[in-house]
Amino acid sequence: MHFVEFVKASVRLWLSGGRYYWAWMAFLLVLIASGALAYAGQLSEGLVVTSMRDQISWGFYIGNFTFLVGVAAAAVMLVVPAYVYDWEPIKEVAILGELLAISAIVMCFLFVTVDIGRPDRVHHLFPVVGSLNLPSSLLGWDVVVLNLYFFLNLGIVTYMLYATFLTGHYNKSLVIPLVLLSIPAAVSIHTVTAFLYNGLAARPFWNASILAPRFLASAFCSGPAVLLILFQILRRTNGLKIRDEALSKIAELMAYAMFINLFLLGAEMFKEYYSNTEHIVFTKVLFSSFHGKTDVHYFMWPALVCSVGAFLLFLIPATRRNVYTMNAGCLMIYFGVYVEKGMGLLIPGQTPDTLGEIFRYAPSLAELRVSAGVFSVGFLLFTLMVKAAIPISLGTVRAAAAPPGH
Amino acid sequence: MRNSSLSFGAIGIVMGTILVWACSEDTAEHAGTADKKPAPKTAGAASATREVHTPPPPFTEGIFPCSECHKDMETNPARRDLTDEHTGIVFEHDSKNRWCLDCHNPGDRDKLRLASGALIDFEHSYLLCGQCHGPTYRDWKAGVHGKRTGEWNGEKRYYLCAHCHNPHSPRIKPIAPFPAPRPPEGRPFILGGPGK
Amino acid sequence: MKKRPTTNDSRLTTHDSGPGTQDSGPEPSAPALDRRGFIRLASAAAASLAIPALSACDERARAQFLRRHFHELSPEEVKGLVKRLEADAKERFGRDCTIETKPAVQDASFGYALDISRCIGCRRCVHACVKENNETRDPEIQWIKVLEFHKDHGIDFPEANPYYCGPNDEDQNAPKTEYKAPENPLSPLNKKQKAILENQDIQYPLYQKADGGGSNQCAVPRQGRFYVPISCQQCRNPPCVKVCPVKATWKEPDGIVVVDYDWCIGCRYCMAACPYGARHFNWGEPQVAPGDINPKMHYLGNRPRRKGVVEKCTFCIQRSRNGQYPVCVEVCPVGARKFGDLEDPESEIRYILEHKRVLILKNELNTRPRFFYFYSV
Repeated sequence: MHFVEFVKASVRLWLSGGRYYWAWMAFLLVLIASGALAYAGQLSEGLVVTSMRDQISWGFYIGNFTFLVGVAAAAVMLVVPAYVYDWEPIKEVAILGELLAISAIVMCFLFVTVDIGRPDRVHHLFPVVGSLNLPSSLLGWDVVVLNLYFFLNLGIVTYMLYATFLTGHYNKSLVIPLVLLSIPAAVSIHTVTAFLYNGLAARPFWNASILAPRFLASAFCSGPAVLLILFQILRRTNGLKIRDEALSKIAELMAYAMFINLFLLGAEMFKEYYSNTEHIVFTKVLFSSFHGKTDVHYFMWPALVCSVGAFLLFLIPATRRNVYTMNAGCLMIYFGVYVEKGMGLLIPGQTPDTLGEIFRYAPSLAELRVSAGVFSVGFLLFTLMVKAAIPISLGTVRAAAAPPGH
Repeated sequence: MRNSSLSFGAIGIVMGTILVWACSEDTAEHAGTADKKPAPKTAGAASATREVHTPPPPFTEGIFPCSECHKDMETNPARRDLTDEHTGIVFEHDSKNRWCLDCHNPGDRDKLRLASGALIDFEHSYLLCGQCHGPTYRDWKAGVHGKRTGEWNGEKRYYLCAHCHNPHSPRIKPIAPFPAPRPPEGRPFILGGPGK
Repeated sequence: MKKRPTTNDSRLTTHDSGPGTQDSGPEPSAPALDRRGFIRLASAAAASLAIPALSACDERARAQFLRRHFHELSPEEVKGLVKRLEADAKERFGRDCTIETKPAVQDASFGYALDISRCIGCRRCVHACVKENNETRDPEIQWIKVLEFHKDHGIDFPEANPYYCGPNDEDQNAPKTEYKAPENPLSPLNKKQKAILENQDIQYPLYQKADGGGSNQCAVPRQGRFYVPISCQQCRNPPCVKVCPVKATWKEPDGIVVVDYDWCIGCRYCMAACPYGARHFNWGEPQVAPGDINPKMHYLGNRPRRKGVVEKCTFCIQRSRNGQYPVCVEVCPVGARKFGDLEDPESEIRYILEHKRVLILKNELNTRPRFFYFYSV
């Protein structure tokens, strides 16, 4: 059976690696173990081990979920220039975007799983055995589109790699329509996730139609920011040929996306501050210590500075092309969007709560450990997939060939 | 003008008396069953079977019957500070214009007296209150002012005005509340903490 | 002066509520007994049930895992389900509990009205509700939240003070009262408060039992403040039902919005969607002392919950479907709470809608509550 051979080859690739590879794996495994222990505690004691309470009932877990949906969606966005415009420099790395999307979606699933109170009843979400509330629940829709997106990407990548492994090439007329299909799917996962918040009239901070466009714009920044850094690492470690031209082109696209993101944020801020209705309390929570009882602004102001700074770095061609300033820009974007879509979305959305109470939320140690564990699972998965995918897609590991020596 | 308002007033008093009589009849009929526990009734019972009961009036221990002390006393209608008995009563109920004997019957002290001169039992004190507090009395009869317990579609129990309002000083007095909720406590690793 | 209420207490207790309450009359050591009873029961349960429970539990857990949505169950399956849950409750609390599944009263459509001009903020409803509906004492869940507002600001939620007259009261003008944390977090009420919940008649006449006149004790209503108790508004257009991903919460024909605690996955989307903070999550394992359990339960109402699921007010479904008023109506000392059938033109609720002016919280959200607030004066 060829597939067994394919799996065997992959496992062999996973087991071969240098000191840094094993250190990285060990580091991830330690974090995963710590997260698993913390999660076991959460399972036995309940979500009381988190800092979430009735006043702020969604916290760090769902914030990470939201951020990662963006990463997953944007990773595939690189496919647009690669296939639609047949732009070679990006094309060879599009598969990495899909692998990132798969890892991000797995992390999304895990974050939702650790967030829900009764993970033993997840099957209630399944069709037939469960009772998925469609079409009215946006969370129901999110389950559907995330799964579709996950299996679509998993299918594409598996087929491409497996076919390349067997024959040295894959059937483009089969792959390209699927890849193109994954583009609207990517838009839809992030739109549906935005609608999940947007549809809640009880939460004025979220109940703004600008939310979905903002989500997409910020995703177009954060997803590629992750990829840009990954590409450089892979260029060094796996001998992947990625031209500087490709990197700076992606950075340029990110500058535009960040401009739109900042513009939309500015439009929202204008509305809040100029009309100055009672709904301004949420924006005040975001940018100041509201009645001395909130802490998000400690993160939000640096995040805003980072976003604006990164926009400028990516806008100016000289700093865009310079590796150091580009990497600095990526980290700044990563931080900016992580805060904006994580705690900067969740906390002001729920503070004050619907009856005006201000509850001071900050993640507990258990939440941090579990989240670190989930991220580690994602990174581990991504590392393993990339480790196998690159040699296979470059044709260095083939079915017919002898097993690669150590 | 004056004539017509007078005649309206007369009609009002007559009708009021009839109403009073009708009401007291109605309540007297059920007074004996006031303490009975409402029988469980299947939900959806017809509204015709609704019954209304009131618990007995809240007398201070040993104060009733009033005639126990008053029967041999001479009635002193003069407005004055009470120094021998009933000293605990704070009279803050339109006290400028009214006095004990406007409501308490000077003859048979175990009765209350309406403006019409009709005598009523303490069980029906609401008729006395209703003379001035017409809209409130109407709401009370509908079950909207004051407290009702029992069944939403069956037998009900009313509380009298005097269960909540001190007739001599009717404003509701402050009471100690039950415990406040405990504020939520997260387990923040850094920053955060209970909203102080 | 101090003696009077005591004598009155006993008189009213014996006079008003029949022979039933006499048993509970002499109970100076009742809380101690409760605690001891709790420990004894718990250890007995642990010892005697440990071995058979393992196998029984597995079977029950399997049945729970394999069951279908409540609406898809046949009457026999519902019977089996209830039997399983009753056995669970017995195991957990060492008491016989009955869990009914009584359907909605034909053609009834419940409505609720609360007189804001009468409510004095005494929180008797809050604790009566906790007791009636087996809400967890520790961690604490209370389906009713009483908010204190300034009279000159109106209902302005960011100004609301839910912690008035408590250790966390932020009101500068409140008298500084010394608060002692309850010895046992499972029973935060003192003896007198418990007695009032057992037999509310002993709080009458209200003006003699007021006990709030002391200069350094916080008493309600406070000067310049008014009170708005908030619980589930039983919306006709409920956002919580709309967003639930697994249909674990729905509107019953009589208008009550219910939760199936055995179907809820605990995603808390409904809590994000509810504009009234009416939904509560069991962050930890709910705890109620066995002695405090109300054994008369309804499947969709006050039956015991487990950690990880959402719960909410059900208009005391176990009471209202049997013709009774919800317990908050029964216990309210000033009669500010009114409940009835919107379809019945003779009901109190219809009288209020016709003769009073009602207001609805967050009208602009189009949730169309069955819960009305009104001003009688």
